[in-house]
Amino acid sequence: MIKHQARYWNQVNGWLMIIPAVCMIGLFTHYPIFATFFRSFFATPIGTKPAPFVGLENYSFLMEDEVFWKVLKNNLIYSFCTVPASIALALIMAMTVNGKIKGRSWVRLSFFTPTVLPMIAVANIWLFFYTPEYGLFDQIIIFFGGNSHNWLGNPDSVLGSLIVMVIWKESGFFMIFYLAALQQLSPELQEAGKIEGSGRWNYFRRVEFPLLMPTTLFISINAVINSFKLVDHLVIMTKGGPDNASSLLLYYIYENAFNFWDTHYASTITIVLVIILAIISLVKFAYLDKKIHYQ
Amino acid sequence: MSKLFVKHLSKSWGDTEVLHDISFNCKQGSLLVLLGPSGCGKSTTLRLIAGLEDPSQGSIMMDEKEITHLVPGKRGIAMVFQNYALFPHLSVVENILFGLKARKIKKDEQQKRLKYAASVLGLSDLLDRRPSQLSGGQRQRVALGRAIVYQSSICLMDEPLSNLDAKLRQEMRQEIRSLQQRLGITMIYVTHDQTEAMTMADQIILMKDGEIEQIGTPEELYKTPATAYSGNFIGTPPMNILRPDQKILSAFESRKMDQELLSKIEKQCLIGVRPEHIQLDETGIPATINTIEYLGSETLIACQIENQPILFTTPNKLNMAPGGAIKIGWGVKNLHVFDAKSGKRDDSVYHQLLN
Repeated sequence: MIKHQARYWNQVNGWLMIIPAVCMIGLFTHYPIFATFFRSFFATPIGTKPAPFVGLENYSFLMEDEVFWKVLKNNLIYSFCTVPASIALALIMAMTVNGKIKGRSWVRLSFFTPTVLPMIAVANIWLFFYTPEYGLFDQIIIFFGGNSHNWLGNPDSVLGSLIVMVIWKESGFFMIFYLAALQQLSPELQEAGKIEGSGRWNYFRRVEFPLLMPTTLFISINAVINSFKLVDHLVIMTKGGPDNASSLLLYYIYENAFNFWDTHYASTITIVLVIILAIISLVKFAYLDKKIHYQ
Repeated sequence: MSKLFVKHLSKSWGDTEVLHDISFNCKQGSLLVLLGPSGCGKSTTLRLIAGLEDPSQGSIMMDEKEITHLVPGKRGIAMVFQNYALFPHLSVVENILFGLKARKIKKDEQQKRLKYAASVLGLSDLLDRRPSQLSGGQRQRVALGRAIVYQSSICLMDEPLSNLDAKLRQEMRQEIRSLQQRLGITMIYVTHDQTEAMTMADQIILMKDGEIEQIGTPEELYKTPATAYSGNFIGTPPMNILRPDQKILSAFESRKMDQELLSKIEKQCLIGVRPEHIQLDETGIPATINTIEYLGSETLIACQIENQPILFTTPNKLNMAPGGAIKIGWGVKNLHVFDAKSGKRDDSVYHQLLN
């Protein structure tokens, strides 16, 4: 009887303790997802009239919305370029500053600095870099006898310009994770590798990289999610233009919701975004985790 | 025939010299043990031979070739690390074949050597496991397997048994020794455990503070320790090193010693006597018992003469309490005489004592 009561109070205590967290997550994560899902089946109300139910009409409109497809394609290109490049760069930087080099702490600091800056500040700095004629890149190109480019004004170069900037910004952050993981590796392993006649590249391929896989997975999931959810720089630099050439999914949602006030269509696109992110998480937890050696 | 020559090897880290002018050689097919307390430079010596560190001075020759500054992978050495250094994400097979793959040795040759090593080490049933699924002793065998398949000319072992429990350590000790003899491997083995050194070695190098204290076979180290330190380090329990005061010298007086010799001993020498060479003796020196440890086959007694502690063993159980008075003695034949200042063995005094 007493034992039973103790267990009961244990349960109550446990629930009491997580209630604040549950409330916050429910209010700001779960409720919005369900509300958004619900709204995607209604048209945006005009004036004070209630929102009319339209079923899948928003979704069929989405299928025919050329801008949506363009933005989705932009986002996929953006993700496929920024994620692998920033991870590779992060790994190279981490390996560099993990070794014995002169001025190591300064190099580490300089690699990490872009991460500390807010995206808004980074966007402003790079806006100057990309300015035609006066910007850093144009000054260098003109110095070597090249022509001035309108980096952000040209639909062909705008997305690439953003990608370069984001790689610069993100890789320093990922480097920290790789550095931490590299320092976890026992130096004895490297010595064993040397004795076994394993060269630098062989050792990296057969030992270091596989042992860093948990970190790589963690970083890549974060990088992919970031590439869908971080759009601050678009607001500062391009506003998605020219001609939606640099617009990304989340920015398109923002435009629909707060520029065009078509909140219910924005909800529909949001659901697409949520599905994409859910699939990525699912692939991680259900498939990749099983293939990786965790210590 | 000597396999490995180490000549005048020194190593400094900044201003601190951790290894000073080490020279020795190692015979083909023998097991050489580098023995010493932690910080004596034995591991550094091994790492210099492996090429994991660069010596400040001196040279290392193997098979008459200079290898002092060669990279580790090109020296033709294998090494077993203290923590085994197995690659945690690779199976036993992949761990064993790691070096052969890195060296691009032919596939069928790899398989042949793997099969041989696995059967020699009894690993055949464990080949698909990961290191985390193996016991300490099995991991140890995998590390050995990695060394065997390479068929290197020399195998270095850095305290390979220190992570195992006492029983397994004894088993592996015998296993490694018999493997080494069966396969004719030249082995350099680092340990701080004198039992390992005594039971396994063909040749022991006892080190202290970055210098060689004594080189010899286990028997030589036990019977004729070159220094008081060496005498004290080898043997369990360790040798008693005594200041020969009046009380202790009185043991010799019955032998009608030359007074001049006795006063020389008192002033300039230390005497060493092994615990197993001391007996209870009615005509001996009076001593007070501090502790008695009954070990079954023998009894370990710690006592003191005046202020000098003495340890000795006796085959019989001693029914006395701490604080009790006993008389002990030892044969002069079993004494070791060392110079008090340098700690070096002084056989001339010893022979005078015997006559």
